[in-house]
Amino acid sequence: MTTTNKTRLVVIGNGMAGMRTLEELLKLAPDMYDVTVFGAEPHGNYNRILLSPVLAGEMTIRDIMLNDVDWYAQNGITLHLNKTVTRIDRARRKVIADDGTEADYDRLLLATGSNPVMLPVPGIDLHGVVAYRDIKDTDEMIEAASRYRHAVVIGGGLLGLEAANGLRLRGMDVTVVHLMPWLMERQLDRTAANLLQQSLEAKGLKFKLEKQTAELVAGESGRVSAIKFKDGETLPADLVVMAVGIRPNTGLAEAAGLHCDRGVVVDDTMQTYDPRIYAVGECVSHRGIAYGLVAPLFEQAKVCANHLAQLGISRYTGSVTSTKLKVTGIDLFSAGDFIGGEGAEEIVLSDPSCGVYKKLVVKQDKIVGSVLYGDTADGSWYFQLLRDGQNIRELRGRLMSGQSHLGNSGHQGQNNAASMPDDMEVCGCNGVCKGTIVKAIKEKGLFTLNDVRKHTKASASCGSCTGLVEQILASTVGGAYQPADVSRKPLCGCTDYTHEEVRKAIIERKLKSIPEAMGFFEWRNVNGCASCRPALNYYLLCAWPHDYIDDPQSRFINERAHANIQKDGTYSVIPRIYGGVTTPAQLKRIAEVAEKYAVPSLKLTGGQRIDLLGVKKEDLPKVWADLDMPSGFAYGKSIRTVKTCVGSEWCRFGVQDSTSLGIALEKALDRMWAPHKVKLAVSGCPRNCAEATIKDVGIVGVDSGWEIYVAGNGGIKAEVSLFLVKVKSAEEVMEYASAFIQLYREEARYLDRTVHWVQRVGMDYVKKRIVADATGRKALHERLKDALRDEKDPWQERVHGAAAREFVPIRFQPGIGSA
Amino acid sequence: MSEWIKICPLEEIPRLGSRVVQTGKGDVAVFRNGSDEVFALRDQCPHKGGPLSQGIVFDRKVTCPLHGWTVQLDSGEAVAPDCGCTHRYRARVGKGEVYLNLS
Repeated sequence: MTTTNKTRLVVIGNGMAGMRTLEELLKLAPDMYDVTVFGAEPHGNYNRILLSPVLAGEMTIRDIMLNDVDWYAQNGITLHLNKTVTRIDRARRKVIADDGTEADYDRLLLATGSNPVMLPVPGIDLHGVVAYRDIKDTDEMIEAASRYRHAVVIGGGLLGLEAANGLRLRGMDVTVVHLMPWLMERQLDRTAANLLQQSLEAKGLKFKLEKQTAELVAGESGRVSAIKFKDGETLPADLVVMAVGIRPNTGLAEAAGLHCDRGVVVDDTMQTYDPRIYAVGECVSHRGIAYGLVAPLFEQAKVCANHLAQLGISRYTGSVTSTKLKVTGIDLFSAGDFIGGEGAEEIVLSDPSCGVYKKLVVKQDKIVGSVLYGDTADGSWYFQLLRDGQNIRELRGRLMSGQSHLGNSGHQGQNNAASMPDDMEVCGCNGVCKGTIVKAIKEKGLFTLNDVRKHTKASASCGSCTGLVEQILASTVGGAYQPADVSRKPLCGCTDYTHEEVRKAIIERKLKSIPEAMGFFEWRNVNGCASCRPALNYYLLCAWPHDYIDDPQSRFINERAHANIQKDGTYSVIPRIYGGVTTPAQLKRIAEVAEKYAVPSLKLTGGQRIDLLGVKKEDLPKVWADLDMPSGFAYGKSIRTVKTCVGSEWCRFGVQDSTSLGIALEKALDRMWAPHKVKLAVSGCPRNCAEATIKDVGIVGVDSGWEIYVAGNGGIKAEVSLFLVKVKSAEEVMEYASAFIQLYREEARYLDRTVHWVQRVGMDYVKKRIVADATGRKALHERLKDALRDEKDPWQERVHGAAAREFVPIRFQPGIGSA
Repeated sequence: MSEWIKICPLEEIPRLGSRVVQTGKGDVAVFRNGSDEVFALRDQCPHKGGPLSQGIVFDRKVTCPLHGWTVQLDSGEAVAPDCGCTHRYRARVGKGEVYLNLS
């Protein structure tokens, strides 16, 4: 059937797992395959998770389409709808569908999903007995709801409850029958399940727990009319929904002789026992687990696509899953091991009259599971902590109060996404309201934070509303939400390698230029992008301080022009004023320069210096020449300032000479590039007038010496710095502070502030490297001194002609040199 | 009318960089990409008028320094999902010199 010589890929199954794999594959290798897709249903790919809102009448089928038929055509994919593949001929490498359609393959992807489990009881084939898996089932239920009265849902799990809720909203009298003593026993403990049951009862649902179905009874018309239990009780039933579970759909694979064990067995690359055949999704058994939630399927899709694209660098190692019930008005979240057991502790907050129950299961200072009921705002945060295996010892006392109580002042006091009105602003930087975000998520089929950022700009600027956007995402897409895996964060869209992997290879493989690094890692885009180039430039500079030739074209304009670009395209100039201590001569010179160049605005900065705002780019070298002061690096991912208080020289309370130490530190760190900006402060007594406790490194003088604090932040999200160590002398301050900063320079990811990096690696680690290991500390200090030994002042270099054309515009002169 | 004006030798524009050309029609950003192709755009981002000439260049794109929009050098169109367009002028290289045509 194919006319090209491309490798042929056949996909069996037109659902979320298969199509997500294709989407990922098209991103990686758009022209590699001739693709043919078989789907048993008559629709394009739709978001199966959102069938519940469709049943509930909150969304339509059109709302939940992910890939319509046009998408396949646009991507050159041959689509066979309404055709069920009935045979795989592995010897001849072809698949055959029920209508006789055949397709040859070089690679085959199985994404056959799962089948509903039907109870082996009499009457299961009657009219009015349905499963709840696809659009057809949903339509049948909607149709039944308009004509009949009594519905029985067998199965009190996630799917059953969503079905029951939808049918109830469509006016039916609904009873949920469940075999176990409480609802959703695989996701909830008894307490949460009881709260859930009460809320659902308040919505009009009825429950029969610990009931075993014996028979479905036919009525006069041949349609089901009643359900009969083992204990003899019967209930009227015009519609019976089977939601007792799913079973991987492996019939086709088994018939083809592929090894199956509950699901189609795959390895960590999603390959089956036949190397030409891959499998993803609910039909798969990976390390003995068959997943029935969507987030793992997406992770599998990504890995599978990587191997289909023959990149061969990623592995699927299993997923920790979380569950959210999509019943409007009920907030329920569950993740991981919520029962606990040996060696586990529970942190519980229970307030039944408010309908709030929160339980965290903790093992060895790590969250291993959580159940939240009534208030799930922090579900995604707990899940993130769980997935990352983050040590929560220091957070422990505040965990229950939620993320918004962790010194987070950036959220305008608003932290419950679900209760926010649609017109409330979420992202203050880009003016994005909740309604806009929800609309984009639904209409564009977005699942990840990055998607939402790209399409709406929400949280794409300062990032302080990230948590809120994640909550909105989680509450809108439910179980399909994939929190970003921060433990494996690719450097940017140009590569799948992480910051850490890239930094390691730069040193081990002695990569000394951006093209070398990109070549080594087979960067997808030949010049990289505006995200990775500045990162690589910094990593190379940090690794090879004397050998690396800085690439100005890979620097953000501020660092290329050594001044801060303003909204009108002019620049601001901030000369260095060490420790904030100036002289009359310096002030006069600044004043004269400001007059000479008609600088529109002069401002004192928060870092104790003077900002000349509104300088034209072509005037910059002249301004610097006339100022004759060092660059303040106020524009860089670099050392910014060392703020000081007056200290013991003048202040009647001062116990240490903070000004002298601040100046010494600023001189020692001068011209230092870093992953992000670095701010220090030195206070001469515990009154801390220099605000040292919200700085990357803050020094507070006490009578007996100096206390050193690190990883504070006064910006987007105020973070009080953490105590590192107390020392006696200024020399020791220099050594400890320098060592901490050098460790940050060597190990943090580009654009991490110290606070982000320390939160990730933990203060214990920092203390181990800086306080406990004296040899290591001295070595770090020496490496920093060495790195800075030949850094020159960039303004002076440019005053003397370096990078001249950066600052000189070309004049367009028609008539001269026309061609 | 189509007038090609010589503006500078190619090596006067850094590779993966740009130069600002001051014209009677306002500033024009002339870019040189990694393959030594040249492009000219009005030096204003379709978003909030940021100077595209100051952005990071890659492939046939430039990222605006003000708010990170990415603009296609060969069309002036913002890269999706952003939406907008800045005026494109014709530019070419001949015998090592860069020519710009504002008509």
